[in-house]
Amino acid sequence: MEISDGAVRILAGLLEARTGQQLAIGRRWRIDTALRPLIAKHDIPTLDDLVHRIVSGRSAALADEAIEALLNHETFFYRDLNAFRLLDEQGMGRLHAARAGTQRLRIWSAGCSTGQEAYTIAMMIADRPDRWRGWTIDILGTDLSPAAIERAKEGRYSQFEIQRGLPVTQMLRRFDQDGEHWQASSLLRQSVRFRVHNLLTAPPVGMFDVVLCRNVLLYFSPDVRTLVFSRIASAMQADAVLMLGAGETVMGQTDAFVSDFEARGLYRKRIDATAVAAFR
Amino acid sequence: MKTCLVVDDSKVIRKVARHILETLEFTVSEAGDGQEALDSCRVSAPDVVLLDWNMPVMSGIEFLRALGQEEFETRPKVIFCTTENGIAHIRAAIDAGADEYVMKPFDRETLESKFQLVGVA
Repeated sequence: MEISDGAVRILAGLLEARTGQQLAIGRRWRIDTALRPLIAKHDIPTLDDLVHRIVSGRSAALADEAIEALLNHETFFYRDLNAFRLLDEQGMGRLHAARAGTQRLRIWSAGCSTGQEAYTIAMMIADRPDRWRGWTIDILGTDLSPAAIERAKEGRYSQFEIQRGLPVTQMLRRFDQDGEHWQASSLLRQSVRFRVHNLLTAPPVGMFDVVLCRNVLLYFSPDVRTLVFSRIASAMQADAVLMLGAGETVMGQTDAFVSDFEARGLYRKRIDATAVAAFR
Repeated sequence: MKTCLVVDDSKVIRKVARHILETLEFTVSEAGDGQEALDSCRVSAPDVVLLDWNMPVMSGIEFLRALGQEEFETRPKVIFCTTENGIAHIRAAIDAGADEYVMKPFDRETLESKFQLVGVA
């Protein structure tokens, strides 16, 4: 379906203003794929007509629906398995030693989409009962999409979604089959909490020991990316761990983080000279 | 390159699987039923077998049990890949020695993730 250049610019501008995400020219095809069901639902003849209605301000809900449709919710369980193994063995192992006194850990899955990443972390922890017995572990999943967060809370996945990355033994152990769907057990759902949050705004309250922000920042402009990195850093403990998506890096993006010299592939907050002096 | 034996009585499924596997840089061979697959493994054991359930001559489960009786230097990993999606079927496959289970339909990312899980990616 045809869409004018002007309409594309308006949609791209709206998306970036609301979410920080950019709609690359090369992904123009995505507008058509994403918005076609929306115009069918509202019986709107063309994509240009949809944009006209949004711009006219007659329906704020329509703009919300368009933004929701343009967001990429791609995610799956244990995405980049080796990275999760590294986090489990090195990152979490180190934090286990560092927090032995308080036995408390806070984990933030930022941009968690429909929840698979947050549930992956919860399963990783559940798989090590000896390590984490007696600990209070708070796992928070956030995403700017209310629809994605509702799905995450429900923890109900299609057959196609459930097996993307999830070991079959975990599926049998921690999910219940419901026809063609599988739902996270109540125990697994209780171990994670979800809420709507926009990464362009102040981070959730409190300090985190582990933050996962994977395959989210790549949609942002360099300036927005730098801003979000600094917001995330402000919500992390000095020795906390940051996990990005495969192929993502902090290099050239921010001064707030450095590569974790003990666990290459993970990142830690940069401790500047003043802060180091303060520690001494 | 890693080797994968695709076992399915549907030529179409074998073709689709072959296409995905070749993009994942596997060397692919094919078998139309469990017996053919067993014969193939005896000649040259692949790194991994992608196995359908319902097939003529010898089913996927029968193949898996027969494979368990064979001596290999390194036993091939087996990923069941089937439309049998009930818990009872999945448990039966795991109990019979399957390393992983893929429900049809699947895509490249799903298969790639399963290969990572069984250590052949």
